[in-house]
Amino acid sequence: MPADPPRIAHDWLDHDAGPVVRPYAVTQGRVAPTGGAIDMMAFVVATTTESRPGARLQPEHHAIVAAAWEPIPVVELASTLDLSVGVVRVLLGDLRSAGLISMYEPPAASRPHDVDVLKAVVNGLRAL
Amino acid sequence: MDSVRSDRNGASSRIPVALKILIAGGFGAGKTTMVGSVSEIRPLQTEEILTGVEGADRVDGVESKTTTTVTMDFGRITITEDLQLYLFGTPGQDRFWFLWDELSQGALGAVVLADTRRLADCFPSIDYFEQRGTPFVVAVNCFEAEQRFASDAVGRALDLDPGVPVVLFDAREPLGARNVLIELVEYVARRQLASAGSR
Repeated sequence: MPADPPRIAHDWLDHDAGPVVRPYAVTQGRVAPTGGAIDMMAFVVATTTESRPGARLQPEHHAIVAAAWEPIPVVELASTLDLSVGVVRVLLGDLRSAGLISMYEPPAASRPHDVDVLKAVVNGLRAL
Repeated sequence: MDSVRSDRNGASSRIPVALKILIAGGFGAGKTTMVGSVSEIRPLQTEEILTGVEGADRVDGVESKTTTTVTMDFGRITITEDLQLYLFGTPGQDRFWFLWDELSQGALGAVVLADTRRLADCFPSIDYFEQRGTPFVVAVNCFEAEQRFASDAVGRALDLDPGVPVVLFDAREPLGARNVLIELVEYVARRQLASAGSR
């Protein structure tokens, strides 16, 4: 019988840190998406509703495809499906590899925000 | 079948613009209240893989990783169908700073909430955004209309760069929080125009 690995005490894993769970069980322990990093503000769009034969998908994959019928950002998917952002990223990597979704990365961080967009934001906020 | 596909392509050709604004400040400064007062607030789970934490790396050659889950406040303001504003209440504790790096990447700007009774609590946030060049405004949360200091006195006390707006507001009032966001976006636009003019 394998011995339990020694428990590592982290003084920063306490009540404030939230539940200490195993969110990566659903990704079979994978912590990084295949095919490169995915920005948390990237938009996801499902490209098909049919699942391909051979693509081994879990219910969480299907839930993402269903939620991405309209363009939806990664953070919205995580919040809507109650999955952590990192887990959603790994699942998105699988779906991207399987050709079931398209990803639209946000503009480069180095690019300044368009002043016309900023004006539209101000006007929109004033109208709230 | 083909028609369905072309419809979908038509629908997906318009990808909205999503902008990110961070709400920072010390514990109890009103981050959650502010996000909740202007948007539909929801929890967002995010986590980091802790590598190199003392004791986390085993010596038997098997890489050992530990994750920590952090729940933060997250809200959306729909400006138009094609323009959305996302607010992130950044976890205040120092040990969660690693989360800020991704959050601040590409962010439109930040609101640093200050409580005049504990002004020092917002120093780390201000230092962080100054170092990163992320535009920010300081919003002084006046609980129960308590207004101990004038905004310029707060600005001086925080040793802010000239031009950084300091706004007095009440985080519980939707218009108060909204006005802070307007102040931030206008400040970002002014900075943008100034830097374009100086080129």
